[in-house]
Amino acid sequence: MDQLDDIIIDIEGMSFSRSERLIFDNINIRIPKGKVTAIMGPSGTGKTTLLKLIGGQVRADSGSIKIEGLDIPRLSRSALFDIRSRMGMLFQSGALFSDLTVFENVAFPLRVHTDLPEDMVRDLVYMKLQSVGLRGAVELMPSELSGGMARRVALARAIALDPDILMYDEPFTGQDPIAMGVLVKLIKTLNRTLGHTSIVVSHDIQETLSIADYIYLIADTHVVAQGTTQELLADTSPKVKQFMQGLPDGPVPFHFPAQDYFQDLVGGEL
Amino acid sequence: MISRIETLGRTGLLKLAALGRSFIFLLHALIAIPNPRTSFPLLIKQLYFVGVLSLIIIVVSGLFIGMVLSLQGYTILVDFGSEQAVGQMVALSLVRELSPVVAGLLFAGRAGSALTAEIGLMKATEQLSSMEMIGVDPLRRVVAPRFWAGFIALPLLTMIFSVVGVWGALLVGVDWLGIYEGSFWANMQSAVSFEEDVLNGIIKAVVFGYLVTWISVFQGYDCVPTSEGISQATTKTVVYSSLTILGMDFLLTALMFGDL
Repeated sequence: MDQLDDIIIDIEGMSFSRSERLIFDNINIRIPKGKVTAIMGPSGTGKTTLLKLIGGQVRADSGSIKIEGLDIPRLSRSALFDIRSRMGMLFQSGALFSDLTVFENVAFPLRVHTDLPEDMVRDLVYMKLQSVGLRGAVELMPSELSGGMARRVALARAIALDPDILMYDEPFTGQDPIAMGVLVKLIKTLNRTLGHTSIVVSHDIQETLSIADYIYLIADTHVVAQGTTQELLADTSPKVKQFMQGLPDGPVPFHFPAQDYFQDLVGGEL
Repeated sequence: MISRIETLGRTGLLKLAALGRSFIFLLHALIAIPNPRTSFPLLIKQLYFVGVLSLIIIVVSGLFIGMVLSLQGYTILVDFGSEQAVGQMVALSLVRELSPVVAGLLFAGRAGSALTAEIGLMKATEQLSSMEMIGVDPLRRVVAPRFWAGFIALPLLTMIFSVVGVWGALLVGVDWLGIYEGSFWANMQSAVSFEEDVLNGIIKAVVFGYLVTWISVFQGYDCVPTSEGISQATTKTVVYSSLTILGMDFLLTALMFGDL
């Protein structure tokens, strides 16, 4: 990757473990500014945890996570809340506030971080909702939305303050093909038009490959591969190949570790 | 044997850690200077949920407890010809003990469990995380208004409980059993002291309100964000709150009335 000033997030030698299980072991990740970077890998490798580490919701055990020079794990609670106003995050479930309408959900960050007059808040909310195609749903409650719609409202809320960094946590999981197509188009368009940095965490290969400029593949606490879409598709190492082609068996075995099958069948005493 | 001691030690340490977390949690939630423009509407909304919506159960229970006390008191006291003392008996048992304790228990069951489940579910659906990522501290936005609402609501509910209870006693004692109304009220007035009885009862309610809402919001915030975790947290809220209320009630009674 290119020069240092193009890097917005710089993770160096970062390790993290949860209840004695090592999630990341000394990993290095650099996220380029203004691009779509994908973090891919099998379920349970801590991709969502990585986003939480970047957002400072959980703290790394060692190493540094720098966003434009500010080391996230070492920031105070209030400094952390300040820097978060420059980040947006789209949660897997949407995570809309269930007691507020769609309008109030999108207006929430604006009301908290700005002192804009009410009519300007209203205009901004309508503009953000227009950009995700849900201006008509402004009066609905989150419980009245479909999963895909909820995610789009959450996206409108995430871009309400025009953040520098937008993080997507599994944006395609559990979506029908149409909703998936809409989200792919939205992530692409928003990244191009708003010029922010996008980080997409996903294991949906086709969709992610179609939007990512650069890809990190994480497995077994390490970055196992990184590069552009073409580079990763051309990678011949068995781990990368298994994941990229979705093969059922390979370095990641089909079977959960167990004792000998024959032993289990003949010697089983229950 | 050794493994049992180990288990005991581990459980003890875990409980202590949870207690420590709950103190830090409360400190973070309450230490901030509230912004009246945003905090006040949130507080009002929560007061409605934990206070106004608990009114029905408090009023109905208060009424029946007052009526039962009156009936039981009458059947005992009438043998001694002192049934006029029913008013004083009911009022004293209500304001000193029954109102704060029963209202506290009902409050834990009705409002405390709801607070736990609500906050737990907000955690499970990542609403608390997304609030954090927007740059809003959920401790101040979600926990603090709920805590203050419970803290304010329970003493008020306790007073309502006492008033309705006395009215229930009046219905049964005077209107049904025929105690002379003048002596019912006069005995009550002369026996109940504002400072020693009414005020001490309210202090109890304030303490219970503080403890119950603290337990409720902490259990919700600290729960494992799965359906099983939420159900466990809700159970814990009701069990811990009830035990704390009963234990604390003995302690407070000993302090307040021990030397009388």
